[in-house]
Parts: sequence; structure tokens; C-alpha cells
Amino acid sequence: MNQLVHRLPKPFDNAPLEIVPHRVPWGLSGLAVFAFFAVPWLGSDYWLNAILIPFLVLSLAGLGLNLLTGYAGQTSVGAAGFMAVGAFATYGLLLRVPGLPLPVALIGGGLIAAAVGWVFGIPSARIKGFYLMVTTLAAQFFLEWVFTKFPWFYNNASSGTISAPRLELLGVDLSSPVGRYLLTLVTVALLTWVAVNLVRSQIGRNWMAIRDMDTAAAVIGIRVERDKRRAFAVSSFYLGIAGALWAFAYLGTASAGSFDINRSFQILFIIIIGGMGSIAGNFIGAAFISLLPIVLSYAGQALLGGSVDAGQIQNLQKMIFGTLIIWFLVKEPDGLVRLIASLREKLAVWPLRF
Amino acid sequence: MIFFLETLIGGLLAGTMYSLVAIGFVLIFKASGVFNFAQGAMLLFSALTFVSLQEHGIPFLQSLLLTVVVIVIGAVAIERAVLRPLMNRSQITLFMATLGLSFILEGLAQGLMGAEVRALDLGIEDTPLMLGEVMVSQFDLVAASTAAVLVTVLALLFNKTHIGISLRAVADDTRAALSIGINLNRIWQIVWAVAGCAGLVAGLLWGARQGVQFSLSLVVLKALPVLIIGGFTSIGGAIVGGLIVGAAENLAEVYVGPSIGGGITPWFAYFLALVFLHVRPAGLFGERAIERV
Amino acid sequence: MSVASHQAPGPILEVRNISLAFKGVKAISDLSFAVGRGEICALIGPNGAGKSSLLNILNGVYRPVAGEVVFDGEHFRRVHPLEAAERGIGRTFQNNALFKKMSVIDNLLTGLSRFMRTRFIEQALGLPRARQEAAAFQEHAENILDFLELQPHRDIAVGQLSYGLQKRVELGRALIASPRLLLLDEPMAGMNADEKKEMSRFIADVNRDLGTTVVLIEHDIGVVMELCSHVVVLDYGRKVGDGTPADVRSNPEVIAAYLGTVH
Repeated sequence: MNQLVHRLPKPFDNAPLEIVPHRVPWGLSGLAVFAFFAVPWLGSDYWLNAILIPFLVLSLAGLGLNLLTGYAGQTSVGAAGFMAVGAFATYGLLLRVPGLPLPVALIGGGLIAAAVGWVFGIPSARIKGFYLMVTTLAAQFFLEWVFTKFPWFYNNASSGTISAPRLELLGVDLSSPVGRYLLTLVTVALLTWVAVNLVRSQIGRNWMAIRDMDTAAAVIGIRVERDKRRAFAVSSFYLGIAGALWAFAYLGTASAGSFDINRSFQILFIIIIGGMGSIAGNFIGAAFISLLPIVLSYAGQALLGGSVDAGQIQNLQKMIFGTLIIWFLVKEPDGLVRLIASLREKLAVWPLRF
Repeated sequence: MIFFLETLIGGLLAGTMYSLVAIGFVLIFKASGVFNFAQGAMLLFSALTFVSLQEHGIPFLQSLLLTVVVIVIGAVAIERAVLRPLMNRSQITLFMATLGLSFILEGLAQGLMGAEVRALDLGIEDTPLMLGEVMVSQFDLVAASTAAVLVTVLALLFNKTHIGISLRAVADDTRAALSIGINLNRIWQIVWAVAGCAGLVAGLLWGARQGVQFSLSLVVLKALPVLIIGGFTSIGGAIVGGLIVGAAENLAEVYVGPSIGGGITPWFAYFLALVFLHVRPAGLFGERAIERV
Repeated sequence: MSVASHQAPGPILEVRNISLAFKGVKAISDLSFAVGRGEICALIGPNGAGKSSLLNILNGVYRPVAGEVVFDGEHFRRVHPLEAAERGIGRTFQNNALFKKMSVIDNLLTGLSRFMRTRFIEQALGLPRARQEAAAFQEHAENILDFLELQPHRDIAVGQLSYGLQKRVELGRALIASPRLLLLDEPMAGMNADEKKEMSRFIADVNRDLGTTVVLIEHDIGVVMELCSHVVVLDYGRKVGDGTPADVRSNPEVIAAYLGTVH
């Protein structure tokens, strides 16, 4: 008994402690070196423009939605609306504030998107589940409407579109494919690092607690309402920057229509297929969703000899996506990231089976 | 004043269409707790099937019957392939599954039957009718009465038949219903088939007005605010909600829209729903569950 | 932040004329009792007597229709659950309200949220202050893991643990925030005799060495008689007995209402 008393925890007080040093993740570092140094030399313009840049931007958008839906448990079908805010706000900042450096404009666009997201997160204090989802749909349609109806947002262009005024940093022109790729890569890498910090922090744990059971979260002292709104704001910050990159680093010219509800669904699929509540899952899901159409059209051409109707490919793609979503929900609710992890576990013990 | 009345009545009649779509939702939600996002895709699929059959020269009634057969087969398939494996999973998971389902149905419908707009003539005249001084669309009147008939039939089905009573038992307490030997899978199949038929009626009426085309599947998005206002579990609520949304949307577009740039119908209904949510978090007719911990 | 700070005289908890109703159906009527500082008080009574509902009032999940609660000299009828936590009321639930997809240690760490002092941006960027705070939290959670003998399970998602272990994790999550009043809703439900003994030991240690007042709901009368110094008996939302275990055991009304129904 005495032994036990000895082990009794002392009441908590905020005593500072030493910092535990982090381990170095070698695999990840290798991947980063490859992405930063090898890809710009190896990748063709087609690969950079049509595959890698959209893949990275979609990963970032997935990351943003995953923080809200996968970690904080608030389902949103309005992701693209917040991407639009980021794109139009960044455009407005670059246009109307002369000499504003690109990173500042991007962060500014993200912050404006975060503010809008925070506002649309206010109902989450009272409303849950499907009812809350309607709020995000309202955001989607309302924001699309705003960026269509008010010419101020697209500088009165008769086409209703926005295009990047200048993509340069410290006098270096970033408008080449490699430049845009590196801009996207650096942004995505930094924001991924921040996201990893967040989900491992107390704030990240609070989000997951709210996701798993919000009544209990309040009872143990988590400020549920504030943390939900924060999740909306942080998610929108990520989505906003993803939107700006989508418009300027990938599309070049964008309009409200570039951020319609189908884009929202696409991002939702990325996190379902990749893995809810996982950081790596966003990249896997985004890779999957950007490569599948390419694979399909190649396969279609190879099998049916060149004469495949693009519309039919699209229909087929839709059916495949739909089937995959259901399949994942049934068989592997934690997504591709879990599937890969369990494959790796199996491979690790594989020789022992014989 | 007459203009106001015309706007109001036009909105109310258009609202019955929303109600029709929402009823399919409510049926499925009550019976299986599934928030069926694929309702719109089901509507598109069944309307396209009907139109394609007609184009092949099959008469109206036979086409209708064949479409119903297709719907029943579809309902059984959905129950087997989607609902059964996902039993006891969270509502959000099931919702996402129906998102996947809607993709499959849309891809299938357009892949098999084409993506172009099809004209659909149900033989209803669309000449305006004068009721006193107020002008009313005849088509809207027919659509509204169809909705009324459908609702009556559903009410009879659920109050008088054995299936209906089982369904209400399931909606009330799934576990208790199971324990007295109600076949849940069968109930689900029936409910999805009935909801599909309600979707067919809605699809035909919408299709006759604006052509059978992809955008039909988007009416599902309009049904959401209707459900929020009426509550997810009340057929009466779906009807009232539809009427409120239809009328409010029309009035807002005419009286508020011009001062803020117009074209506000895509989002106005959602804001209306949010206002309702603020006052009644479980809808007008929905029941608020007491959280047990 | 220590346990012994600001102590008002008198009992730590007083329930005064509390009534609760759901849609007009009375769940608790005109209930009053007091819990002394440092007591282990048991709420007993048949199912539906209103025991869990009472705990839900005490930490703000339900709002009573009448009456008030006095906690450590402060009067309230309705607190927000968050406020209750900040005042030092900890709680476990009848059917385990753990965060099922999170690991044991993460579940414990969530209990420290109200001590979080670092800003959002510090955590997002992993700045030194945030890392220090995280390390302090971690250290504290390790102590709780050691104390409750949960170290072997620390990284397992709680949803995969046995029911008994989950109960222990939930106790840890409440305990980590150093509550002054601990509300335990059937902490020993579904346990075998050994597990019950173990849990009783944990509760007794917490009470004796940290001075934490405990109010618990328990059906096993043997455990109650051994562990608790004060017993309140409820039946149909009314109090039918209140006193030491010995008093209650000899109260004929209690025997009629409750003890007689125990199998």
C-alpha cells in the first residue's frame, strides 16, 4: 500500500520542463530533398503543370478540410467556397496594395478566408451533424454568388475572371512551371509542418476529443465552442491559401466557377479515400484523385483504341469514384493511408510466415 | 397586391415540388437513419429511364411500370451493397456512402442514356389560368395536386398497411422492432423503393417543365433547407417546409433580390434554414432528442 | 492550482431543493442533501431513481427546474459544463464517455485542457513555450498512467480496451485535472470482484491522499458500505435515506425502497 501512495500523482501546476528533442524522420527528409532538388530538373513541364502542381494544391486543400472534418469532426461540404475567398482575397491584395510581397499576399488571403470561415463556424455552437452541414452548403452557394455578382472582386473584368498580376519573390520571377512548382511546394511543406504541430498539440487533441464526443469534451474542461470555431478558421486558412495557389499557380486564370460545389466534393473525396484524421492521407488521396483520370484515359485508349468519348470517360470515372468511396467506407474507413500501413506491417512480417 | 399574390402563389406551387423531393428524403431517413444525398441522382436516373423507354416507343403506362421495376431492383441492390455492410455505422459515414452512390447513379444514368437534355411531355397544358384577377400556372396546379395525391397515398400506406406499421416500429425503435421479428432489410428495400417512386414523380414533373437533364440531380440541394425547416422525420414537415421555402424564395427574389444584385435563389433558402435553425434547432416538426450521458 | 486553495467553511457541496423534469415528467423532486469536505459519498437507489440526472445537474449538463446547488460557497442553479470543470468538478460517465479513437495517453491529456496557457500560434509553430507546456502536460500524464497502472496500454486507442480498463482511463482523465470534487457514475459497473477491489483502492487513495471529495453512484452495496462514509438513497427522484452506511442499512424505508429489490 505504501508503495502505491508513493506513486500518487501530484496535483497539476504549470512547472516548466526541459524540451525533449525530436527524432529525425529520414524517409521524409529524403522525400523532401527529392521533391525540392530532383523534381525541378527531372520533371517535364507537362508533369509539373498538369500533375504535380494540382496534386500539391489538392493535398493542401485536403489538409485544410481534414483539420475540420477528420480531426474536429465537423463535416463540411463547402470547402471550395473558402478556397474562392482565398483566391479572390489574394488577388485583391496583390492588385490593390502596390509592392506587397507574394507571401504576405498569400497569408493575407488565407487570413481573410479564415475570418470568413470563423463567421460560418459560429452556428456550430448550436448546430450539429447534418444541420451544420447545411451551414457549409450555405457558405458554398453564398460565396459563389458573391464572387459572381460583385465585379469589385474581379476588378470589373468583363469575363468575371481573375488572373495573377505578378508571381515574383524578391525580384525572382516565379511564373515558369518550375517557379510555380517550387512556390507551391514550399507553401505546402510549411503548412504541412504547421498542421503536424497543431494536431499533436493540445489544440489538436481538443479537436479530436470534440470529434469523438463533444458533450464529454465540455465536461472535462475543453472550450468546445471556441475550439470548433477555431477549427473552421484554421481549415479556411488552409483552404484559402490552397484556393489562391489553385487560381494562380495552377489555373493561371480563375473565376467563381472554378470553386463550385463539385470542387468541394472532390476535396471531401480526397479525405475519405486518403484517410480522415490523417495528415499523410491527404497526399495519398490527392495523388489518387489526380492520377486516376490520367490512368483511366490511358487505359481507355489502350483498350478501345483511341476513339473513346471524353464524356464516357468522365461517366466511368464518376462511377469508379462512387464505388471506391463506398468500398472504402465499408472495408477501410480509415482510408488508403491505413491500407498502406497495414500492407507495410504485413510486408514486415512476411518472411516469418515461411 | 395582385402581383404579390401571384408571386406568393407561384412560390407556394413551386414549393410543392421541393416537398416532393423532400418526402423521399424523410421516408429514408425515418426508416434507416440515412441522410440520402443520392435522392437527386435517383430522381435523375428514374426520370431518364422513363424518357428513354418512351423514346423507344413504349407507351406511357408500360414505361412507368418498367421504370418502377427498375427502381425496385435498384432499391434491393442498394440495400444489399451499401446499407447492409454499413449497418451500425455512424450517420455521417452513411451520408458519405450516399454521396458515392449518387456518383455511381449519375455516371450510370448519363453513360447509358446520354447527357443531352430530353424533352418530356406529360400532356399537361401550361397556359396560365385566371382565378379572379390572379394569374396561376396550370402546370403548377397539376403538379401541386399530384403532390397532394402522393402524400395521401403515402399517409394511407403508412397508417393502414402492415408494412407501414412495421416501418413506424423501425423508425421508433430499431432494436425493439428487430426483436419482434421485423425483417429490417426488407423494410429498407421497400422504403428505398417507395422513396425512389416519390423521386420518379418529382423527376417527371420537374423534367416536364425544364427538360430531363443532369441539373435535375441538383434539386437535392434545394431539398436540404426544406428538411431543415420541416425537420428530418416528419412528412408533414417536408410539405410545410417545401411551401415555406418555395414562397419565401419567390418573394425574396422579387422584393429583396434587386436591391442586392439579384440571383439570390441559390443561397436564400439556406439562410432561411439557418434562421429557422437558430430558433428551432431540430426543425419545425422534428423532435429534439435528450442527450443521455 | 493546488487542491487546498480557497476553502469556504461548511460542506463542499450542498444540493438545495433541486427538481428536474423532462418534458413535464419529473425525474427529481425537491431533493436536498450536503456532502462534507473530504467525504466519499455514495448515491444509491434503483434504476431510474435520478442518480445520473443529479450528477448531470451538478456538472451542468442538465438544467434543474427549481432549487440550487452550492459548491464550495458559490451558489448556482445552472452552470455551463465548462464552468463546472473550471471550478474543479471532475466527472466520469455511466457508459464511458471516452474519446474512442484516441490513445490512452491522449485521452488523459485532454483532461488538462483547462490548464492550457500557450497561445494558438505558439502551438501551431511549435515555439519553446508551447513545447515546455506540452512536456509538462506529458510528465503529469505519465504520473497518472503510473498511478492507475495504465502504462502498458498507453498508446492503444481506448475503443479497443476492455470495459474495466476504460473505466480506469476515464477516472484518470477526470483525475488529471486535479478536481476538488469527483463525480463517478458507476465506476465499477461490469467489473469482477478483483477489478472492483482495485478500483475501490484507487478511489480510496485519491480521496485520502489528495483530499478529493468523491460522490459516486454504485449498485454493489458491499462496495458502498466498505468504501463510503456517507450514503444518500434515492427512489423515484426523492431522497429516502441519508446518513452513514450503518444508519442507512437500518432505515426501514430504505430497505423497503431499495435494498429489498437487490438480488
